[in-house]
Amino acid sequence: MRTEDDLELVHLTKRYGDTVAVRDINHVFNKGTYVCLLGPSGCGKSTTLRMIAGHEDVSDGSILLQGQDIAHLPPAKRGTAMMFQSYALFPHLSVRDNVAFSLRMKGEDRATRHRAADEMLELVDMGHLAARLPAQLSGGQQQRVALARALVTKPRVLLLDEPLSALDPFLRIRVRAELKRLQRELGITFIHVTHGQDEALALADEIVVMNNAVIEQAGHPRDVFAAPRTEFVARFMGGHNVLSWNGGRYALRADDVLLAPQGQPAVVRTVEYQGHHVAMTAAMGEQEILAYVPEAAFFADPKSPGDAVSLAWEEGRLHRLEA
Amino acid sequence: MLKNRHVTGWLQAAPLSLILAGFLILPIATIVTVSFWQATEFSIIPAFSMENYAFLFGSDVTYRVFLATFKYAAITWALTLLIGFTVAYYLAFHIRSQTVQIALFLLCTIPFWTSNIIRMISWIPFLGRNGIANSTLIDLGLIDAPLEWLLYSDFSVILAFVHLYTLFMVVPIFNTMMRIDRSLIEAAYDNGASGWQTLMHVIVPLTKPGIMIGTIFVLTLIMGDFITVRFMSGSQKANVGRLISNDISLLQYPSAAATAVVLLCTVLIVIGILLRFVDIRKEL
Repeated sequence: MRTEDDLELVHLTKRYGDTVAVRDINHVFNKGTYVCLLGPSGCGKSTTLRMIAGHEDVSDGSILLQGQDIAHLPPAKRGTAMMFQSYALFPHLSVRDNVAFSLRMKGEDRATRHRAADEMLELVDMGHLAARLPAQLSGGQQQRVALARALVTKPRVLLLDEPLSALDPFLRIRVRAELKRLQRELGITFIHVTHGQDEALALADEIVVMNNAVIEQAGHPRDVFAAPRTEFVARFMGGHNVLSWNGGRYALRADDVLLAPQGQPAVVRTVEYQGHHVAMTAAMGEQEILAYVPEAAFFADPKSPGDAVSLAWEEGRLHRLEA
Repeated sequence: MLKNRHVTGWLQAAPLSLILAGFLILPIATIVTVSFWQATEFSIIPAFSMENYAFLFGSDVTYRVFLATFKYAAITWALTLLIGFTVAYYLAFHIRSQTVQIALFLLCTIPFWTSNIIRMISWIPFLGRNGIANSTLIDLGLIDAPLEWLLYSDFSVILAFVHLYTLFMVVPIFNTMMRIDRSLIEAAYDNGASGWQTLMHVIVPLTKPGIMIGTIFVLTLIMGDFITVRFMSGSQKANVGRLISNDISLLQYPSAAATAVVLLCTVLIVIGILLRFVDIRKEL
């Protein structure tokens, strides 16, 4: 079901001289979804985001929103807003003036813009610090101000460039829950660039995995994780083995590998205790297999590097890769 | 232990303190002391007297000369700021390649490879009555008779000042601009700011410390100058520096010292006022 507020990329391409940063991408971001653009650095995800935002010229193709091609409009006229990786708060302006900046540029009077800014700051729970300067805030607080500043323009699509990368791991988990809550409340599309698959799995309604300037796979997080289309996706999502079996390439989840009395003979290489489970790698012929053995099962019969084990899995758990 | 630490601290501070005491405090103290002495045409009398100051503040010439000095400072400041800001802005925001940036920056400093007296004097054949400027204008038919105000006038003095001191404005402003996070410019653009709005609401406020440092350089250099005014005005104009230099050439050291003290205080007050508006500590 398509709506006006869907954002569509049509044959979107970005070239820098001879190198292609984004190659002929087609994708529809549905209204009100939380989408994560996931991929290693240099895969083109940030360039894609910056093209949607209008901070990078489009070499070829179109970006459609509300029935028009926004690819050549200035950023403020696109119906998108961007939250920058380093937050890019204006250091000389108070929190309130930062949030009200876009309204000031539009020439709104002081009372109107302060009212709108305070409303946004309440939404991100920063109303009490409106008079502070950005330097007087913690990283998490600056992030919320940046969010409020982006949202004050009432965008249809919010673009977030690695918004959590500057935060410490503990805060990151808290903030990502807040991002998700905010997205649900506002009901607008969030496009979030990240290189952390755990972040993408936790947040996204849809994950778009990019590699080498193209989209490798897009879909619900569970589909992408459980049914990786390519070897790259299987490896990048983590927790997968990629093995050659009966002449084909297959993905096998590490938690589907079982220690069984009968199975493929293998020799234990490494053992890592990880709390919920034990990550064990074993050499099975030429191939190295990663197995997540449940903690209780492992310690009932502990293994050490060098021990011979036999590995088994249900045949149906092998997932054939297309590439 | 505690005592030891105190001794070490004093010892570490000693070299700089000695240098400052010897080269800053002592000379100023001497000037202040001498400014209270008396002098006749042939002798200097080391006795406390307010005579020099009384004469200085009682004379109408003092006020006119100080006013002229402020006028030079203000006009030159405005022009160097305008040119300096523009040049720095162009270098910092329009030149993308760092190599080109450094090359152009060095280009700005080339005039400084020659003495400033030479740079000043080379204006004279250009601006003179039969100089290049006048003859070109006459050849082009724009004027009938040579322009008299090109040389030995306030115009030529200020022209030389601007030529000599614009770089002192460019360097600190460029330095501050290079420290502005480029994503702020993008953020401004993302928030709908036009180029002009970005300049006025983001770049200028963030460049203020650099502007202030440049302002202090230019103001102090102009307030203390005497040679430029003497050469470029053909000794027809006066500023405080020339007042002092005249006193010295007449061996009126106490009077020169008193003028110097008043000038020093004036400059300090001006800088004090400027620093109330902008915090430059971050830049130092």
